[in-house]
Amino acid sequence: MATLTAKPPARRSPGVARRAVGRNLTAYGFLCGALICFAFFSWYPMVREFLLSFQQTNFVDPPTWVGFDNFRTVFADSAFRAAWLNTAAFTGLALLCGYVVPFVAAIVLNELRHAKAYLRFVVYLPVMLPPAVGVLLFKWFYDPGAGLFNQVLGFAGLPALGWLDSTDTALISLVIVSTWMNMGTGTLIYLAALQSIPGELYESAELDGAGLFRRVWHVTVPQTKLILLVMLLLQVVATMQVFIEPYLLTGGGPENATVTVAYLMYQYAFNFGDFGAGGALGLMLMLVLMVFSAVYLRVSRDNQS
Amino acid sequence: MSLLTWHGKLIYWTVLTVVVVGFTIVFVFPLYWMVTGALKSPDELAQIPPSFFPKSLDFGVYVEAWQQLELGTFLRNTVVYAGGAWIFTLMVDVTAAYALSKLRPMFGKLILALMLATLMIPPMVLLLPTYLVAKDVPIFHWDLLNTPWAIWLPAAANGFFIFLLKRFFDSIPRELLEAAAIDGASPMRILWSIILPISRPILGVVSILSVVTTWKDFVWPLLVLPETEKMSISIGIASLSAQMPQNVLIASLVIASIPTILVFFVFQRSIMAGLTAGSLKG
Repeated sequence: MATLTAKPPARRSPGVARRAVGRNLTAYGFLCGALICFAFFSWYPMVREFLLSFQQTNFVDPPTWVGFDNFRTVFADSAFRAAWLNTAAFTGLALLCGYVVPFVAAIVLNELRHAKAYLRFVVYLPVMLPPAVGVLLFKWFYDPGAGLFNQVLGFAGLPALGWLDSTDTALISLVIVSTWMNMGTGTLIYLAALQSIPGELYESAELDGAGLFRRVWHVTVPQTKLILLVMLLLQVVATMQVFIEPYLLTGGGPENATVTVAYLMYQYAFNFGDFGAGGALGLMLMLVLMVFSAVYLRVSRDNQS
Repeated sequence: MSLLTWHGKLIYWTVLTVVVVGFTIVFVFPLYWMVTGALKSPDELAQIPPSFFPKSLDFGVYVEAWQQLELGTFLRNTVVYAGGAWIFTLMVDVTAAYALSKLRPMFGKLILALMLATLMIPPMVLLLPTYLVAKDVPIFHWDLLNTPWAIWLPAAANGFFIFLLKRFFDSIPRELLEAAAIDGASPMRILWSIILPISRPILGVVSILSVVTTWKDFVWPLLVLPETEKMSISIGIASLSAQMPQNVLIASLVIASIPTILVFFVFQRSIMAGLTAGSLKG
């Protein structure tokens, strides 16, 4: 061992150089699987996304360069505006529900001393369901006739809603499913963050006469500021990619009320066969999301150092 | 709020009851409604007001769903996809993390940075170009559509798993490996006999995350497995949902959710550990 930790020789002998080459060859042998997978399924698609947006291709002839034509095509589509507005609205609403509700839930769970394991388990249960199951389950609940939700409304003496069939409620219906399926993740992450707050902080706040709300505001929020920011950015990136809810529940309807950017991108490529226009939409979405990703990376790196 | 006073105790127990009942209604009741809904006949399903308990407990609908929807095929496909993705992910990501952490080749830092950079690009925006790659792999011109490779190979390109594994390997003391190297152990042998046994906890987390992610995935298998015979369970149910009687469809939803729920029952601890590992990586 002593020989290995000793200082390296001042001058490189041919043996050392050969060993360095051998070491690199071994290392790249171990790396080659990952390099191949990343090259084909991550790095190249990133380049291809740019090419796709500026090309017209029918997969028979070589693709032709069309400049910004694909972007003009999607700009001219009436669904384009709706898709961005809906995506923004979905993200906003999903944050309101999916960001605030889990945080409050985590604070409440953290204060409780009983049934904690049960509550933690239960809140994470929907996250474990395959999303297709959760979404189709809610499609049945939203049924305007015998659906569970309208039954409950009727039971409470409230008028039935159109849920997915009405332009007023369709988008919020998607947000409800999405929140139900995903809030377990946020709740448990916040709970872990809350449990790492030193108890003395609360004790001294209590000694100063702070009530529950002031303790939350002056101790909990500042102590979890960073994780809140990180989760906010992650949530924006995740919810802006919403696809499965409109795909399975509404098909973008009624009257484009639930069409989202990701869904429109899918439609262009797989329903209209226009991969160029789909690629252009994907590129726009990527540029928007990269901003959030970059801020996220910055925040988490600052945290590390 | 102090728990010592009579007043505080009352508030505490009220809040506790409200929370427990509320959480149960919100998160468990839909699942109860799903399991019992499948047992109801189409008439009973359409009935207003709905019945809380099904009139008869006829589990025949589950058998019917299994046969009509070919759930056996879909489940077997999904096991093949998730199992293969798991094996590929471990093989590819463990060796890569080992090379980057312990063998430290030239340009290793650059390669790691490029792998981590992929985490910044949301998967949805690369959907179309990645699909085109699966349809016609550059250089080789293989068509991976409707083959398990379309699921396995992209699953292995996971920067986050490599990051998790590398961070764990970094914490293994160098002296341990150097001692083995002096004894003449090859890098492969060091990985197999020293690193892997120590790394069991992180391998468990990565394994469960990998299997569950593949099992739950929807968009990617929807694109690359269009043939009914090759579909995973989520895609199969979604694509056949329109033609099925309601109770049969609900029964198939129950069957589709049993595996992941079972996994959750068994591996709760690791799943939650993976969750916090994923979020607090900063």
